[in-house]
Amino acid sequence: MKAINIIHSRFVPLNIENVDTDQIIPARFLKATTRDGFGKNLFRDWRYENDDESKPVVSFPLNQPQFSGEILVAGKNFGCGSSREHAAWSIADCGFRVVVSSFFADIFKNNALNNGLLPVTVSDEFLQKIFQQGNESTLTVNLEQQKIIIDATGDAELFPINSYKKECLLNGYDDIDFLLSLKKEIEVFETTL
Amino acid sequence: MNAQIKKYFSIDSPSGAGGRLSLFDKVWNRHVIKTIDDGPSVLYIDKHLIHEVTSPQAFAGIEKRGLKVFRPQQTVATADHNVPTLEQHLPIKEELSRLQVDALIKNCANHHIELYGLGHPFQGIVHVIGPELGITQPGMTIVCGDSHTSTHGAFGAIAFGIGTSEVEMVFASQCILQSKPKLMRINIDGELKKGVISKDIILHIISKISASGATGYAVEYAGSTIRSLSMEARMTICNMSIEMGARCGLIAPDETTYKYLHGKLFAPQGTDWVKALQYWETLHSDEDTVFDKEINIDASTVEPMITYGTNPGMGIAVSDLVPSDKMMAENEKASFLKAMNYMGLQPGIAIKGQKVDYVFIGSCTNSRIEDLRLVADFVKGKQKADNVEVWIVPGSRQVEQQAIDEGIDKIFAAAGFQLRQPGCSACLGMNEDKIPAGKYCISTSNRNFEGRQGAGARTLLASPLTAAAAAITGVVTDVRDLIDN
Repeated sequence: MKAINIIHSRFVPLNIENVDTDQIIPARFLKATTRDGFGKNLFRDWRYENDDESKPVVSFPLNQPQFSGEILVAGKNFGCGSSREHAAWSIADCGFRVVVSSFFADIFKNNALNNGLLPVTVSDEFLQKIFQQGNESTLTVNLEQQKIIIDATGDAELFPINSYKKECLLNGYDDIDFLLSLKKEIEVFETTL
Repeated sequence: MNAQIKKYFSIDSPSGAGGRLSLFDKVWNRHVIKTIDDGPSVLYIDKHLIHEVTSPQAFAGIEKRGLKVFRPQQTVATADHNVPTLEQHLPIKEELSRLQVDALIKNCANHHIELYGLGHPFQGIVHVIGPELGITQPGMTIVCGDSHTSTHGAFGAIAFGIGTSEVEMVFASQCILQSKPKLMRINIDGELKKGVISKDIILHIISKISASGATGYAVEYAGSTIRSLSMEARMTICNMSIEMGARCGLIAPDETTYKYLHGKLFAPQGTDWVKALQYWETLHSDEDTVFDKEINIDASTVEPMITYGTNPGMGIAVSDLVPSDKMMAENEKASFLKAMNYMGLQPGIAIKGQKVDYVFIGSCTNSRIEDLRLVADFVKGKQKADNVEVWIVPGSRQVEQQAIDEGIDKIFAAAGFQLRQPGCSACLGMNEDKIPAGKYCISTSNRNFEGRQGAGARTLLASPLTAAAAAITGVVTDVRDLIDN
């Protein structure tokens, strides 16, 4: 897993609440047996008219050149619905390293963390402040300090993350390495069941 | 690196569990191997259910590390999400789907995992076959790369959906890292009105607390109404826990649970049964257990329900009006109007009488034999409306066989309903069973998200009874108007 610490970047605003994983990556694109290549179908049915890549929906932020960068900012309850990790893969595959929202669905949050995609939870007020920023504005996300800053205004907020996951992300460790290190204890535990 | 990680985190054993414990605590504590300081717990998993869509990358992941599945005998596989529901005896026509199902066959063979694939008499939707085979039991921890794993909580198990990286963790270690959720109890007491069934209860709850109202919580359902429900009806409720964001849903096991499980293929037998029963009987929340949140619902206030929007929280009684945007805050208004636009519905209108094009009775929410019996009893001697196409998709081969044995298939055929073969089908439209753009489908499934049943499809979630009523009239109908006559 790629380590992550400070991300300084423009952002793509998706001011919609309850974005479910069926919107992030529709089920018909889940037929692959590898983790690669999901980015091109990210938000497929919001991004293109009638499923046609030659007809981008002009009003959709991912299709607007003034929005770009490694940070996706979305309305509350982002990633609800299906547990498909393909949602996190497709966002990461599109070049995003951070997703900001005022509320994340549980399974999506875990899936993102397991893929080095940092979910940053901010207050509703702070989220609105970000959405009010101009097209070219940037954000700085500092994982070590657990801080997100709107660069233009200097507004900042601290975000929560448990210290285990923080350490994993800062160092690019993954959970499987950790679990494998416990194998002996797991075998002992099994004898108690 | 392992040693480095271990050194960094101080690790405590789970607390001694004194005092009053909830059902969730009892099962959780028994399965926690360690808790990382300011981090998740290492949770041991009893049963790992897998299917073709969310497992291939996890198999590839452990193989890349040179590992085999650690506990294959605690892993059970089926093909359900991406299989056709007609002519299952023929090779799958769609190439990518076929490759995905073939990959599951190959992976299960390589790792010695029992597979109930296409053609097997136990094949079916993973959350239907687990309980019907007795694989799902009280007090277990159960995971699956599918969010509706919450279904199995109806037996008093901790059961939740996981992502593919977590599937890989369970393959590698039979454990998963999980933070303990907060606890919520929802008490439902009293008698249900005529025409109201368990699907209406859960749609009612989600409409009250919203699609994110239980995020971060494990939800225990309790109360006299829950106790009076069959196991299949309880499964419908636990199934949709995820639709209000809950990590899982649970119901304490009781006589109904034991009676359902007794004699099932993989349920304990003989002295093992007696021993298991002793443990299961301890699985209830102690009196005066304090929950982080508690909600009380009077069952007699629950009406036949239907959704009108694009998340499962957007539900109303069938006889109510779709909400109006006039009173809404600006933020809410934008999402609401987006949903109304997608659904092609006007705010403030009556949903009753809305024309329906398709009826889908199936999915891990409502595809069990009781659902099919209920629909058959209701439609016997009736004919579907000309404007609707009706698909009945049984949850498993066993359900399908039982329906045939009971003559339910003939009732459906006479009514003009099409009985298809088992699979997830039009619940998520991964296979050919898609609802065309712009068409309305009254569906017994669990999600009404945009495009869920096919790009542009418009989903109205409801109970099997309400769906059957619409199949007969061709419009959204209060089922009581038909039962009364």
